[in-house]
Amino acid sequence: MALGTNSFQLLSNIATNDKHGENSPYFDGWKAYESNPFHPTKNPQGVIQMGLAENQLCFDLIEEWIINNPKASICTPEGVKWFKYIANFQDYHGLPEFRNAVANFMSKVRGGRVRFDPDRILMGGGATGANELIMFCLADPGDAFLVPSPYYPAFVRDLCWRTKARLIPVECHSSNNFNITREALEEAYSKAKDGNINVKGLIITNPSNPLGTTMDRETLKSIVGFINEKNIHLVCDEIYAATVFRAPCFVSVSEVMQDVEHCNKDLIHIVYSLSKDLGIPGFRVGIVYSYNDKVVNNGRKMSSFGLVSSQTQYLLAALLSDDEFVERFLAESARRLAARHNHFTKGLEKVNITCLPSNAGLFVWMNLRGLLKEKTFEGEMMLWRVIINEVKLNVSPGSAFNCSEPGWYRVCFDNMDDETVDVAVKRIRAFVGKETGKPVELKRWKSNLRLSFSSRRFDENVMSPHMMSPHSPMPHSPLVRAT
Amino acid sequence: MLSRKASEDSHGQDSYYFLGWQEYEKNPYHLIRNPTGIIQMGLAENQLSFDLLKSWLRRNPDIVGMKKDGLSSLVLDHEVISYGELVEFMSKIRGNGVKFAPEKLVLTAGATHANEIMMFCLADPGEAFILPTPYYPGFDRDLKWRTGVEIVPMHCSSSNGFRITSSSLEEAYQKAQKLNLKVKGVFVTNPSNPLGITMTKTELYHLIDFAIEKNIHIISDEIYSGTVFNSPKFVSIMEVANERTSNMNNVRNRIHIVYSLSKDLGVPGFRVGMIYSNNEMLVGAATKMSSFGLVSSQTQYLVANLLKDKKFTSKYIEENQRRLKRRKEMLKSGLRNAGIRCLKSNAGLFCWVDMRHLLSSATFEAEKELWMMILCHVGLNISPGSSCHCYEPGWFRVCFANMSEDTLKLAMRRMKAFIDSTVSVVNQGKGCTYEQSVNAIRELRSWQMHGIRQIIGDHSDIGDWPRGESVTHAFRVLAVSNEER
Repeated sequence: MALGTNSFQLLSNIATNDKHGENSPYFDGWKAYESNPFHPTKNPQGVIQMGLAENQLCFDLIEEWIINNPKASICTPEGVKWFKYIANFQDYHGLPEFRNAVANFMSKVRGGRVRFDPDRILMGGGATGANELIMFCLADPGDAFLVPSPYYPAFVRDLCWRTKARLIPVECHSSNNFNITREALEEAYSKAKDGNINVKGLIITNPSNPLGTTMDRETLKSIVGFINEKNIHLVCDEIYAATVFRAPCFVSVSEVMQDVEHCNKDLIHIVYSLSKDLGIPGFRVGIVYSYNDKVVNNGRKMSSFGLVSSQTQYLLAALLSDDEFVERFLAESARRLAARHNHFTKGLEKVNITCLPSNAGLFVWMNLRGLLKEKTFEGEMMLWRVIINEVKLNVSPGSAFNCSEPGWYRVCFDNMDDETVDVAVKRIRAFVGKETGKPVELKRWKSNLRLSFSSRRFDENVMSPHMMSPHSPMPHSPLVRAT
Repeated sequence: MLSRKASEDSHGQDSYYFLGWQEYEKNPYHLIRNPTGIIQMGLAENQLSFDLLKSWLRRNPDIVGMKKDGLSSLVLDHEVISYGELVEFMSKIRGNGVKFAPEKLVLTAGATHANEIMMFCLADPGEAFILPTPYYPGFDRDLKWRTGVEIVPMHCSSSNGFRITSSSLEEAYQKAQKLNLKVKGVFVTNPSNPLGITMTKTELYHLIDFAIEKNIHIISDEIYSGTVFNSPKFVSIMEVANERTSNMNNVRNRIHIVYSLSKDLGVPGFRVGMIYSNNEMLVGAATKMSSFGLVSSQTQYLVANLLKDKKFTSKYIEENQRRLKRRKEMLKSGLRNAGIRCLKSNAGLFCWVDMRHLLSSATFEAEKELWMMILCHVGLNISPGSSCHCYEPGWFRVCFANMSEDTLKLAMRRMKAFIDSTVSVVNQGKGCTYEQSVNAIRELRSWQMHGIRQIIGDHSDIGDWPRGESVTHAFRVLAVSNEER
């Protein structure tokens, strides 16, 4: 097919610019993984995917529930009488029982300390769609949102690409564990104003991606105070809320609102999803919860562009209404996340690799500043390439998250099984040993391994490499039981 | 405080296409619970063949797939379905007249999402697409709202069966030029909603010639392609594009199809839409954008298994078309019985009904009045042509596939009773002149409208109609006072 400059003109600006963020050099990490994916027996020297923030620790619990509750599926003999009604249901309000169940679940995740109104729940195509939707509701082209750094790289695509809004980073520093300070917010805000940029709001991710930390009550109150004072919106992306695995417990903005004097509720919006908390990213359940009636009314119409499949709504309505299951799941999930976190971080401590102390998320924010040859972002990239190509781990460098200091890396570990974690830790230890000149002991390889599943979709990765053919010949990596 | 998009009413959802829907929601017909309620005939849904799907499910109980593959692939992967199966199905629907390649397909959360993506990919804000009228009212939202793209309507006329002609294309283009709008393409729905007709090869050639001449795109929304129940058979634009070899001048890069399973398989709740294009760059861009609304993997799994059963899909397509044909004939003859004609159609889930002779005047105001009569006095929610941007007043879209046969028959009885009562008021004696008939209808209408306004308040434009009021309640009162007259 002839593609010349004429082809560029055929498409829109949005379709031909690179504001989707997928052309960045960080794509190399994914490329390295895709061309050489780790497999315990078939490719034990392959690249381990540690750039994918997915929760694969608890799908056995969900699987068990689905098998034991055939009525929740419209395809089983027990549930098929609902098939016609559900298959036909395309109301953008969503199934009432689905919204009730989601409101109920969101409340449980917050320890029952706050109740949610099902009529304020809007659907979005995953958190990706939900983030874009709220942006379309709050910002006109050219308007800006403040965002504390380091932040999830795909915010550039989700919040800015088609909405034409812009992001203004608010720098956070390791000196105070990357906490957001009022000073930093004020500074970023003033600078924007001086530059004649119209700041419409602030977006925070709590628990944080990539830090894995939750915000304390005081910081949240300060933030709510800040946005009220400036009369700008606050969007809280709380998609990791139920990945909190140890104290301090999660505090949602919904809990803090009532503590702030004269808080204008019309400014507060929550983005949520079931992808991380329940580990079901394939189901594309994104939620916008707004305290602003107009946002709810108009946003609801916008949700037509990314409704949750009615079949999925129906299943999840039943799953999330099963209080006994939900409570058991949340407890067990937290336990497994904690165990995995310990497993990984303890393994690293032995070679003096530290991570930012964290209590949530599906990753750690690893401090490799000591290994940088130069304390610059070039140095960070150089080390990153070594980690990809020699240590064979696809981790994500801090600069991808707009971190202000070089040397930090986000490393995911909930998207694999225990044995693969062991391999990863071994490799890190061997590498560090080489770097520091200290020998590190290697354990014997176990022969009966289960391969962890790795998704082909890249949204939770740093950057989605759609420069490749959308239907790459790379095969799926299904759950394989090596016998 | 909010964005302009969230503050204005530019989502196009206050047209009375949606108002009729709302009235229906307040007073929906039910055989036992609410036999005098409003019958929904404004919803283009295909409810005729669910039994086929249900019996397939009963024969394939392991569809949930837990036992074999385990849940992990289902919940974690974003691409469960084989695109090969999807394109094969698309091809089958088109009578295998054209083969599709899996790598040129993009999956999206419904055609709604696909159409918006097409706009984002092909046009910048302020640029325009030409749409033949009448067109699906939802396009005002789907194509324009968040994208900032303009629609330039291309008016089609009943004088030639609402067909697309080269001159009407050129006229629309010139109109756009005068308004300083850069036209990026033509957007057609084939088979047409609301007309229920398939485009002829001649029309498709005109379209392609036009696109070549102006160096613009063609988007063909083919979501009703599986609902073609009569000849002429469906011809996809892709088929014509492949057939022609001369003078194609890269236009193949600018021809794109939008498809969905919502109408053909009757599963709108599942949100399975797709874009098909030979343009690699477009496929790349659209794939990135599809992140904002992917198809649930749970649904992909179901659809994948369904489509793998080739015997079933062939049987389904055939039987479904047979049932649609029968249902359409039922509507057509019921309307004919009431002296009402439809545009001759061979596809879709609706008829394009000619009620021009029932208007008190050849105006949209009169059409609105007639629509309200039918909504509230007859109890049928049908869609007035003006909500579909039809250029001529008096046409209505009436759906027939979203209800039972008995309900359809009841709807026809109500229609007949209404027409008969109108006629009896009009024909007070023999030798009634046309002018006398028209005056009588006008008087009847204005008396009825006066009654409504007294109850609800005088609103000269339906757009001002207070949404919380029940028009139906007003008509109930009116019906009582009617008896007293």
